[in-house]
Amino acid sequence: MTSEEWQIVWFTAWVSALSTLVITPFGLALAWALARRDWPGKSIIETIISLPLVMPPVATGLILLKLFGRRGAIGGFLHDKLDFDIIFTWRAVLLALSVMSLPLLIRSARIAFEEVNPRLEQIARTLGAGNWRVFFTITVPLAVRGIVAGMILAFARALGEFGATIMIAGNIPGKTSTISLAIFQNVQLGEDANAFRLLGVSVILAFAAVWSSEWLLRKTRHRQ
Amino acid sequence: MKLHQLKSVFVSSLILLVVVGAHAAEITVFAAVSLTDSLKQITAAYEEESGDKIIFNFGASSTLARQIEEGAPADIFFSADEAKMDGLEKKDLIDATTRKSRLGNSLVVVVAADSVLQIQSASDLTNGSVQKVALADPKAVPAGIYAKSWLEKQQVWLMIGPKVVPTENVRAALAAVESGNVDAGVVYKTDANISKKVKVAYEVPVADAPVISYSMAFVKESKQSDAAKKFLNYLDSKEAGDIFKKFGFSLRN
Repeated sequence: MTSEEWQIVWFTAWVSALSTLVITPFGLALAWALARRDWPGKSIIETIISLPLVMPPVATGLILLKLFGRRGAIGGFLHDKLDFDIIFTWRAVLLALSVMSLPLLIRSARIAFEEVNPRLEQIARTLGAGNWRVFFTITVPLAVRGIVAGMILAFARALGEFGATIMIAGNIPGKTSTISLAIFQNVQLGEDANAFRLLGVSVILAFAAVWSSEWLLRKTRHRQ
Repeated sequence: MKLHQLKSVFVSSLILLVVVGAHAAEITVFAAVSLTDSLKQITAAYEEESGDKIIFNFGASSTLARQIEEGAPADIFFSADEAKMDGLEKKDLIDATTRKSRLGNSLVVVVAADSVLQIQSASDLTNGSVQKVALADPKAVPAGIYAKSWLEKQQVWLMIGPKVVPTENVRAALAAVESGNVDAGVVYKTDANISKKVKVAYEVPVADAPVISYSMAFVKESKQSDAAKKFLNYLDSKEAGDIFKKFGFSLRN
């Protein structure tokens, strides 16, 4: 492994982890609202959130490119008013990974919340606990397996993201190059040995992610 | 018309179809993406004349060469540089006797049509107002390699390197400039010609740039050798040359 390859692995790992952290508060709030509340437009929001799961990733990337590009509705504002660029920077990688992995987190967390018996929450409330206290001391601990599984799934999805990333972040060495992009580029260049090394690393990372999620699940099951 | 007459008309037309079908060959051409528009125009006339069908796979020459190495079904390869063709010739994948350096091109610096950037030289790209420069990937793609070697010759590569947004091929670099997501790009003159959303800010003088040479050859694995060689000859003809010139290429013979 060259230092350039280590940089790619390190960047991929931390930007994937960061994207998981960024989407977790938002994802949990939304998953809870979907599981526990009825509100107008719920099914539409639900569908929109799931779109990145079923649409071609490059299509999602194209939407993001048009929205966050310097001529886009959001990107244009950020560029003109705040001199803040997203496209072709590491922030674009973060954005792509977050959007692509959010549905996985929400799906797992939502199912986990739905499985928590609402009676337990009501009992806590009758004992004087406020909504936040109920959420953090009853709902989340009971749903933690699904939440953690969702976070790990989101992290794993982020590690392997390709289509949306290449659309909005490009493949800039040392800046936006992730493991998937680097593997693709190395194969294009005919440098299969480099691609194989990165392949090895991604197998190890995927293995570690899946194994640790299984381990966590077993541990929490044991405790319960 | 009686039934047996109808039958014989039907059968003979079937036979005719089969015969015509057997004569119409499908020729697969792997060509540098910068040749897209000119080759499509050249082909339109040729298809009508010969009855053959030309199928294109346009992409970065580096990608195409790699695909041919892996056994992709190409009849003709038209590379934007000599190096990719050298690589295939070394591996004995092309017929060296049919190889020809056909076209020349030049480099330009483009900016978005509504941009106010003034670029008068390579060193103007080092200015702070130029934050991102799109190039075809300088590690592999001919257009990017040419651009890098020009910037190295001007001794500004070290300063511009960190600003480079490498793209999959030269047309993707053009598209990045069109979208406004990069401040400038280095592409072929012929690419700049076909886009209304960019303007040429600076034409790289031929003396400053490396020699740009497009090479074409017949791929040995081809299953359409006669038809493919005929089309290769046509690409070398004056008619084809005139169309290439119309798009801004120069002829190298």
